[in-house]
Amino acid sequence: MTSFSLERLFAIIRKEFIQMRRDRLTFAMMVGIPLMQLVLFGFAINGDPKHLPTVIVTHEQSPFARSVVQKLANSGYFNVVSTQAGDREAQEMLALGQVQFAVTIPADFSWRLLRGERAQLLLEADATDPSATGNAIAAIQQMTGSLLDHDLKGALAWLSPAQPAVELVIHRRYNPEGLSQYNIVPGLMGVVLTMTMIMSTALGLTREVERGTMENLLATPVHPLEVMVGKIVPCILVGLISTVLILTAAKWLFAVPFVGNVALLICAVLVFIATNLVVGITISSVARNQMQALQMSFFFFLPSMLLSGFMFPFRGMPQWAQYIGEILPLTHFMRISRGVMLKGNNLLEIWPSLWPLLLFMTVIMAIGLKRFRRTLD
Amino acid sequence: MKPFEHAVDVTGLCKRFDGKAVVDNLTMQVRRGEVFGFLGPNGSGKTTTIRMMCGLLTPDGGAGHTLGYDILRESWAIKREVGYMTQRFSLYEDLTIRENLDFVARIYQMDRRKNRVDASLEQLGLADRQNQLAGSLSGGWKQRLALASCMLHEPRLLLLDEPTAGVDPKARRDFWEEIHKLAASGITVLVSTHYMDEAERCHRLGYIAYGKLMAQGTPRELVANSGFSTWHVAGEGINELAERLQDKTGVDRVTRFGHELHVSGGDVEALNQAIEPYLSAPGLTWEFGEPQLEDLFIHLMGKARDNFAGGGQ
Repeated sequence: MTSFSLERLFAIIRKEFIQMRRDRLTFAMMVGIPLMQLVLFGFAINGDPKHLPTVIVTHEQSPFARSVVQKLANSGYFNVVSTQAGDREAQEMLALGQVQFAVTIPADFSWRLLRGERAQLLLEADATDPSATGNAIAAIQQMTGSLLDHDLKGALAWLSPAQPAVELVIHRRYNPEGLSQYNIVPGLMGVVLTMTMIMSTALGLTREVERGTMENLLATPVHPLEVMVGKIVPCILVGLISTVLILTAAKWLFAVPFVGNVALLICAVLVFIATNLVVGITISSVARNQMQALQMSFFFFLPSMLLSGFMFPFRGMPQWAQYIGEILPLTHFMRISRGVMLKGNNLLEIWPSLWPLLLFMTVIMAIGLKRFRRTLD
Repeated sequence: MKPFEHAVDVTGLCKRFDGKAVVDNLTMQVRRGEVFGFLGPNGSGKTTTIRMMCGLLTPDGGAGHTLGYDILRESWAIKREVGYMTQRFSLYEDLTIRENLDFVARIYQMDRRKNRVDASLEQLGLADRQNQLAGSLSGGWKQRLALASCMLHEPRLLLLDEPTAGVDPKARRDFWEEIHKLAASGITVLVSTHYMDEAERCHRLGYIAYGKLMAQGTPRELVANSGFSTWHVAGEGINELAERLQDKTGVDRVTRFGHELHVSGGDVEALNQAIEPYLSAPGLTWEFGEPQLEDLFIHLMGKARDNFAGGGQ
């Protein structure tokens, strides 16, 4: 009869610690991921993003107009990037996602004020991600009540009406009702594709090596490229099926509008799938077993989810997190899918997000192929 | 198909991993239609050598032909005509028996695929279990299935890497019957093994240690050419005797075999001199016997280690 022994228990615990220390990846994951979450949730994620890029279109040069610009900037929510833009330019900036807001001060702004009428101010927001714009819109609404109190006093005090002098007209562009699923669903497509594509290739190839079947396979006349492509094609198919599923759900379940060109989106999806597969292959060439492949996939997946603008408004993240986010393919795909689906972006408009994807793919492919060849020999 | 004299003919093969020579200047011939046993301790470079012979690995140095094809330039052709059975069971455990064979047949682009797979299943005696997952088979059956799958494309050379490791004696015996049947039908077989009884079933043997081929020839030739002699001694007090003989000059190895002691040495004169004082000891019966392969191999391994250590200084 053997009874429970603390000594043996201790021996096992000690062994586990030694193994853990040897297995750097598990260790890194165990430490790194909670750390990352802590940093992101604790400090980084700003549910109330400020300093959102704003373009101001002024159709008149007047003290009132200047005052409005000043007030907007002082609120902290708006970071005025340009006051020189014309209407068309501002629309373009909005479509390309260069600015979150476009504020238009109409030509009759001062004239109406001076006549004691209510002057209108147009605020156009890129509302694809409602949580990014919500607070800013609330702030500007509150502000309009007292927007010109400072200017309309003394001799001009009689112009200050009982009603607020300025009427704010808000256009929530691309997502008029401010529904968050409009934002989530196109993003979700990217998240699901990242997750499934990377894991299936990384695990699929590592499994062959781990179980020894790869050696057997390579002893046959089969070409390594056949093995690789043979493993990738089913993955692409799975990826396309999930894309179709999500798009169907987007349309029928969440009633997300699809403004842009479906073919263009599918093309972008293919590029994105290819990018992820390349990441998967590279992981499989580094990982020695499936466990490691899985861990590395998560190592890539988690920052993708957290820093790409899927979970939190991209502009709500601190600058350093945004820099990391800019490297990740999901960030760019998210912009493409939201752009095409909600804004009806064309190829030219998604190009600024498409080329980083292509660049990322090329770089990782170069690394992956080099490593993959070495695994075979 | 190319005409060739030796099924495998390699000279000066070298392979380094991370600067360490795993196979070092290895020259070896496997004759057509023979069963060639490839022996050596773990990590001696057997698998690496086999992988170079079948074109899976590119040697860092040396040259050679397998079935008349250049191992450096025609590995693709070699792969078509060689059946390679890896050390571990490397069929897909999550595929059924039939699916595995069918997959192999497809990879080799065989014609009449269904007939061939049917025939193979029939021959294996697994026809009624063809839809069972390969992973659920016992060790012996897995090994037979692996052999069947690398025979499916009718190779002319079989490279078997420790095929009988972890297989019970009956299954091993059946396996060797199969190998000899294949050899009789004209297929050349190179098989690596650790078992001495299997070594003795081979036509010719090669012994490798530390990446170097130490000896090559028929089992009889190996014993005869080794200059190695063995005394068998039985009786009372052999345990003490073993200890006393252990460090004597002229005695290379003292091995216990149950009630018997095998005392071996590379130099007969010196060996005889060393045991002289004990020859007439009461209760001991001495017999000058033929050294066994195992004695010889352990001796060769020791010699290789000495060379290896010496060369490293």
